[in-house]
Amino acid sequence: MYDTLIIGAGMSGLAAGIRLAMYDQKVCVLEKHTTIGGLNSFYRLRRRDYDVGLHALTNITPKGTRKGPLARLLRQLRFSWDDFQISPQIGSQVVFPGHRLAFDNDPERLAESVAREFPQQADNWRKFIASIADYDDLTDEHQQLSAREVVASYLTEPVLVEMLFCPLMFYGSAREHDMDWGQFCIMFRSIFLEGLGRPQAGVRLILKNLVKKFRGLGGELKLRAGVDRLHVENGRVAGVVLENGEVLEAKRVLSSAGWVETMRLCDDGQPVEVAGSPQRSAGRLSFCETISTLDIDPKAMGYDRTITFFNDHDKFDWTVPTSPCDLRSGVICSPNNFDYTTALDDGRGGRGTMRVTVLANYDYWNGLDEPTYELEKLRWFDRINESATRFTPEFRGRIIDTDMFTPTTIVRFTGHDNGAVYGAPDKQLDGTTHLENLFVCGTDQGFVGIVGSIVSGIGMANLHCLKE
Amino acid sequence: MTRDDIRDEILDILGDIAPDEDLSDLKDDQSFREQMELDSMDFLDIVMELRKRYRVQIPEDDYVELASMNSTVNYLEPLMKDTVKA
Repeated sequence: MYDTLIIGAGMSGLAAGIRLAMYDQKVCVLEKHTTIGGLNSFYRLRRRDYDVGLHALTNITPKGTRKGPLARLLRQLRFSWDDFQISPQIGSQVVFPGHRLAFDNDPERLAESVAREFPQQADNWRKFIASIADYDDLTDEHQQLSAREVVASYLTEPVLVEMLFCPLMFYGSAREHDMDWGQFCIMFRSIFLEGLGRPQAGVRLILKNLVKKFRGLGGELKLRAGVDRLHVENGRVAGVVLENGEVLEAKRVLSSAGWVETMRLCDDGQPVEVAGSPQRSAGRLSFCETISTLDIDPKAMGYDRTITFFNDHDKFDWTVPTSPCDLRSGVICSPNNFDYTTALDDGRGGRGTMRVTVLANYDYWNGLDEPTYELEKLRWFDRINESATRFTPEFRGRIIDTDMFTPTTIVRFTGHDNGAVYGAPDKQLDGTTHLENLFVCGTDQGFVGIVGSIVSGIGMANLHCLKE
Repeated sequence: MTRDDIRDEILDILGDIAPDEDLSDLKDDQSFREQMELDSMDFLDIVMELRKRYRVQIPEDDYVELASMNSTVNYLEPLMKDTVKA
């Protein structure tokens, strides 16, 4: 009999596991896949290391900062700031036709950029920044306001508004077209007021730290342990049935499988979607990403931007594209362009990486047969990189290795319906379900991103699993 | 445990919670919240650590007693007077 069973060895599940193991619970994390991480993971292909998910950590505040999600996460999991070896970004940009906003981990840089590009908005910008609510001051009312309406009430230049929504939506909006004002404030703080960073070794360092701590505290991790169903009796999860037929018992279950996905696991016939409510359905927003290994550091080509968010028309459209991929906008990430002490070099000729992420249509990619899928991947790889090189130096002649993921890859690794990277548009903020001993954490509970997922796991473990 | 023992134990717990924090100039009469920006999650941890280390049960209504070092030691002294230091 376990105290707590956790479904999913992603960031939130592992963080929750650490909290519970720390206080002597008998806890086991069940992972369907052969490896940990879920959406944020790492792999080796043709003797090269790759990251998936992580472009950059958001919420990067300097060592010694006591407030904010990163500080909270370190304290709760008993890590030191140095354990994650985070290097700050060099600098990023949002590029729209005729306008470019530069930003780094000093919010003044963005303010200067706004004043230069949109001089008549400088005063409005100060008032707007003052209106961004602190994490602890966010109310339910904030959650319900339309961020587009609130932002437009401060900033009267429509292109500037679009340029702010573009990075925030790409890095964390499960909702199409608009965001909740509360979510906007959280994302705005995490990206523009705190900042971006990355461990030189990538996401594997974060995951390895989490697993090492979890196991060191006596936590148990089962890989290839997919959950077939949650057996329900009298309003409680009575047993967790694994795909191999094994039945595990626990006082409670914390699931990071996603809201709809978790409901579907319950064998009491719980409706997985509330009829007529798009809010309770799984999210639909998914990505394709190309990964190009270069034989040169992008900086040596005159390109030092950490992240470039681009959009080739004045309005930014955040919705499922009707085409296989939306090439009009995207995110270009160069893992090289963080302030490391030594340059990245894979020892096999790879000195640079360009990752390009664009919105993609899950139904299209999921409907292809295997040979067509492979062909389409090649075709869209070229199209995505062609679109990106409108905003970077021409890097395609320097590519020595490639990989690509599509929405179906995301389903395979995360188990989330539609390959929805940011989960359902409507979050279950208190983590409760219709069963008294079943709770959710992770992307459908609260915040997104690596820091957000970890904080979600910590929060739900504290709230529902620790106080007994 | 004496008042000094309890104080040492609380310092040890705070050192665990915030390994990057310099606790040498912590003021006993000022709140942890102000000096270290501790939040409700951190106060839960002080409670959980005391439970784990000394089986001291602190009801949720009494968490307010843990505001500063002085108030914490005052609150814990009668509860831990027969406790043997680990």
